[in-house]
Amino acid sequence: MPRETAYELSIDHVQVLESDGSVDAELEPDLSEDDLLEMYWTMKRSRRLDERAIALQRRGELGTYAPATGQEAAQVGSAHALADEDWMVTSFRETPAYLARGTPPHMLLWYAMGMEEGSATTRESRNMPPSIPVGSQALHGAGLGWAQEIADEDAASLVYFGDGATSEGDVYEATNLAGVFGSHTVFLCQNNQYAISVPRAKQTRAETLAQKAAAAGIEGVQVDGNDVLGTYAVVRDALESAREGDPVFVEALTYRRSLHTTSDDPSVYRQEEEEEEWEARDPLTRFETYLRNRDTLDDDRIADIEASIEDDLREEIRLGNEGREAVDVEEMFEYAYETPIPEVERQRAAFRGEDRD
Amino acid sequence: MTEKLRLVEAVRDTLFAEMARDDSVVVYGQDVGRNGGVFRATQGLLDEYPNRVYDAPVAEAGIVGLGVGLGVYGFTPVPEIEFSGFMHQAFHQIQQHVSRLRSRTRGELNCPMTIRAPYGGGIHALEHHSESFEAGYAHTPGLKVVVPSTPADAKGLLTSSIRDPDPVVFFEPTRLYRSFREEMPEGEYTVPLGEADVVREGDDVTVVAWGAMRHRVLDAAENVDANVEVVDPRSIVPLDTETVLESVRKTGRCVVVHEAPKTGGMAAEITARINDRALYYLEAPVQRVTGYDVPYPLFAREDDYVPDEDRIRRGIERALPE
Repeated sequence: MPRETAYELSIDHVQVLESDGSVDAELEPDLSEDDLLEMYWTMKRSRRLDERAIALQRRGELGTYAPATGQEAAQVGSAHALADEDWMVTSFRETPAYLARGTPPHMLLWYAMGMEEGSATTRESRNMPPSIPVGSQALHGAGLGWAQEIADEDAASLVYFGDGATSEGDVYEATNLAGVFGSHTVFLCQNNQYAISVPRAKQTRAETLAQKAAAAGIEGVQVDGNDVLGTYAVVRDALESAREGDPVFVEALTYRRSLHTTSDDPSVYRQEEEEEEWEARDPLTRFETYLRNRDTLDDDRIADIEASIEDDLREEIRLGNEGREAVDVEEMFEYAYETPIPEVERQRAAFRGEDRD
Repeated sequence: MTEKLRLVEAVRDTLFAEMARDDSVVVYGQDVGRNGGVFRATQGLLDEYPNRVYDAPVAEAGIVGLGVGLGVYGFTPVPEIEFSGFMHQAFHQIQQHVSRLRSRTRGELNCPMTIRAPYGGGIHALEHHSESFEAGYAHTPGLKVVVPSTPADAKGLLTSSIRDPDPVVFFEPTRLYRSFREEMPEGEYTVPLGEADVVREGDDVTVVAWGAMRHRVLDAAENVDANVEVVDPRSIVPLDTETVLESVRKTGRCVVVHEAPKTGGMAAEITARINDRALYYLEAPVQRVTGYDVPYPLFAREDDYVPDEDRIRRGIERALPE
């Protein structure tokens, strides 16, 4: 019996900004000077926050922290494409994305200090709290996007997850359900090449992660995730599509230049040559060269920005420590339920040292 | 009091009423739309509310996980899981997200979902269709767990669950879906979560039971030589400990009956609470009559696994004076 092609699949790869800072003028997004500087500031601030957080962890002042160094373009580029009414759903490595959406660094520090105060997002911010179980949050993004479809709202939801998450059933279910229900959802897979120590090649035999969209019948596209302009442009278009009820899966090719978390030692599973290769493709250096080339930045402005980031982070770390000192332990009983549960109230009383019967 | 309804019809009526009352209620799940649910609990809803009732693909984790998004957005999701035995595929979403969202966000975001699922054995179903895992959900802080035992309670408790701001797992005993009819309270009717029903008053021994077991216990109570008080907690979380203790302090004896396996089951928890706060009222050790610590068997052995009237009667007799 002759065989015919039932379905053909191809995945586009998009790149706007090259490693040397040169740009594809045709694809270059129309971003204002202020937008570009804000993106630069956020990327730089995030990287510096990573450094400070690792140092704080080494001094015993933070618990586990997951640095996003190397992934600033993928996150800031994508988050910058969000409108205020859009929802953002994150994993546990989204410092740059939270900063881009206005979350103050001291809240991220609070979370790393082991305090729920740090994940106490506000409903108005339309940011979900960090989700630790790998890939599980993709369904929440699909659900928010479905809600936007049911409510007929001109808004979308952007979900962040990593390459490892694509091995989880929840990510497949999320893309599939989003397709079925016309969810206003963009799935942003930051392919940072490693799921802790397991390299991308051992994660799946699929050529790209973007092609995983095909199984769910939604659009998949790949972008250079170290290219902040390309990521911005691709995610901006994907959000437009999602707002019309056509979800999109975006694979942003990037690299986790630092540790998986502060309890990880990448020298066990990574080669120095590979790290050097990706250093040359660093998203911040590339963007800085681009901004210098178009005279948006020079040495003086960079020095000013760096100084302002130092001042800002000093104050944020102070707020972080202040919050830690103010922890009211009993509040753990406060938020488990909205309506009181007698047994929980008894335990709260016992915690206070009150005998009750 | 007018119409007589079966439990499944009471559930359906309540869904209609709550969808009419509150535009935010969204019903979805496998086969709940065109087919009206495998037990017909959602029959007709799709025609009445085409934009708020959805058939979902076979994806339990997905169904519950989407509900987190719907709930955060402002909807009141009322998903149906076709059988509670398949809710384990969604347990991680329930345990890691649904139950914790409020704590995680310091009360800013919540997930007011009511997850409905058929529960318990007695209908000669396939494997994984008959388990009673209420203790597993009760062991998950942040959740409420409700098991109605009568049509009127199904209406009152489901109404309260849907209106509750906290997430609720609502287990509907499959054996009771069509087993009997009951006159329904008319109009608006709620049963508060956490308020037990003293179904039968007695002085000699307290028997605590819920779901299908409540009815077996009532039958058994007729055939023992004692005046049995029967307490149906109606919700496992919150559990109306006070009513149980009050009854035990009166009778001095207690038996807890459930279909679930013995080890770590709710009977153990109820026994522990009695030990904590009513030990010196006890005239005999608290007895447990439960399923066995073996996988719920295929239906050829089901009737011997689930506590029957005889086992319940013997359990009660063990608690009585010699």
